[in-house]
This record gives sequence, structure tokens and C-alpha cells, in this order.
Amino acid sequence: MLLRRVWPSRPTFESSLSDFDQIRREMLRLLDTSTNEGAPDPGPGVFPPINITQDDDNFYLRAEIPGIKPAELSISALRNRVSIAGKREIPREHERVSYHRKERPEGAFDRTITLPLEVDADHVDAEYADGVLTLTLPKAEQAKPRQIAVRS
Amino acid sequence: MAIEATIDTRKSQVPAAATAPEQTRTGPVYSPAVDIFENDHSITVLADMPGVKASNLEIDLRENVLTLTGRVTAAETSKESSVLREYRPGTFFRRFQLAETIDQPKIDAQLTDGVLRLELPKVEKARPRQIAVRSA
Repeated sequence: MLLRRVWPSRPTFESSLSDFDQIRREMLRLLDTSTNEGAPDPGPGVFPPINITQDDDNFYLRAEIPGIKPAELSISALRNRVSIAGKREIPREHERVSYHRKERPEGAFDRTITLPLEVDADHVDAEYADGVLTLTLPKAEQAKPRQIAVRS
Repeated sequence: MAIEATIDTRKSQVPAAATAPEQTRTGPVYSPAVDIFENDHSITVLADMPGVKASNLEIDLRENVLTLTGRVTAAETSKESSVLREYRPGTFFRRFQLAETIDQPKIDAQLTDGVLRLELPKVEKARPRQIAVRSA
């Protein structure tokens, strides 16, 4: 099982939320968990949020990174570790505009995930669509489970 | 795991139920992060909606209330089992009251890489006008 890296309530992007906002969110969360048993499963306060699944042959890593150019992502895999790094920049609007709200986070991120098994780093496939990065990581041949025949 | 209940800073859990009617579909409802700015001619809304395809996005504007609804369908196949889960697919929902009158036929919406860009042009009469002052 993987251990989650959890920051108590600190986002990766500094200054994206004021302390007051943090407290408010914390309160809302506490209220939410006490009154609503079907509360959504919130991820840790890190960016990007990542889901990992597996089948017999592959691990699938999906990360929500909206509005980034694929060329600006740097992905590396070694043994059982995968790193995703990049920088999300929100282009400045040229015209003279007045902002009503500015909530979308920007900045650099760098996450390393340790997988339960080693992967074949030469055959990792990465795809970016609709703001979701999907990595297909084949399990290393020596790490795959083997069927063991029982002699009678 | 014991540490399930941490805060998701990105999809703020602004209680959608308090501001909007309940959804008929089950599943989490997220409030997408938005940037909103305006110039003399239009209001622009940028919203982060990762995983939403154009066909699953609804934009509704009536009586100056703008409603954004984006549905995310699970990308996982049934053969896959979960190893680590930090987000759940759900619905992005957010509603705004617009102060300006919008020229509805000229609204332009673009969804690129999970980011919605919505241009809402103001109607002619709502634009600021230079008023010349005559000297008496």
C-alpha cells in the first residue's frame, strides 16, 4: 500500500489561499463530515491530485492538470518511482481589464510517487487530454506475479 | 486509511447545496476555480474543469444567472483496481449572478485542455459612454 504524503492544510501553491480561507474550508469540511455521511473523498492539499489504478499488466496514473501545454510537463520513471513536474502559467490578459475573481492556481509543481512494484521505465506511455494526464506504466517483467503449478 | 479526511484545496467544497438545488445524480459536486475579468466590451470567465469533455459541458444563461455544469465520467475501466485515490470524478457546478446585460447570441465558449473560456459580450447600451461636457 502506498502512503500518502499529506500536508495538514497547506497548498503547494503559496499565496493561493489566505489563512482565513483555510480556516473557513477546515470548518466547512468538519461540518460536512459530521452532517453528510456521503461526503466526497477529498484528496490531500497537493497539486496535482493523482489517482493510481492497476490491472494485471499495468499501473495507470491519472493526474488532473488543467490548462498546461504537454511540452511543459516533465515526466520521469525509475524503478518504482514516477515523477511529474511542470509549471502552470496563466497568460496575462493584454487588454486593460479589471479582475472580479482570481482563483485559478499557478506556479511550479513537482511530485514523486512510489509505486508498489517496479515498472518498465522504457515503455511508459503518457497522454494528455481534457486537462487530465494519463500515464500507462507497464509492470516490470520480474515484478509480475507468476502462476505456480502444484504437483500432485 | 485513517487520513482520508484532508482538505482538497483545489476543488473547494463550497457547499453547493446551500447555493443551488440538489443534483439528481449522485456523486460529488465540485466548485471549479474561476478567473473572472471584464473590460469595456465583455466579461470573460475562465474555469478549471479537468476531465470534462465539450459534450458534457452545459452553459446556461437566463435572467442574468450564468450556470456552468460539467460532468466527468470515470476514465477507469472495470478491470482496474485502485491503488491510490486523491480525487473522485464528479460534477463541476457553479452559478453566477451577472450584473451586466449580456448580448446572448454573441456568447463564445471554448474548452481547451480542461479549461473553459467563456466570453460574454455586453450589450451596446450597457457599455460606458464618453459624455462630452458642453461649456455654458
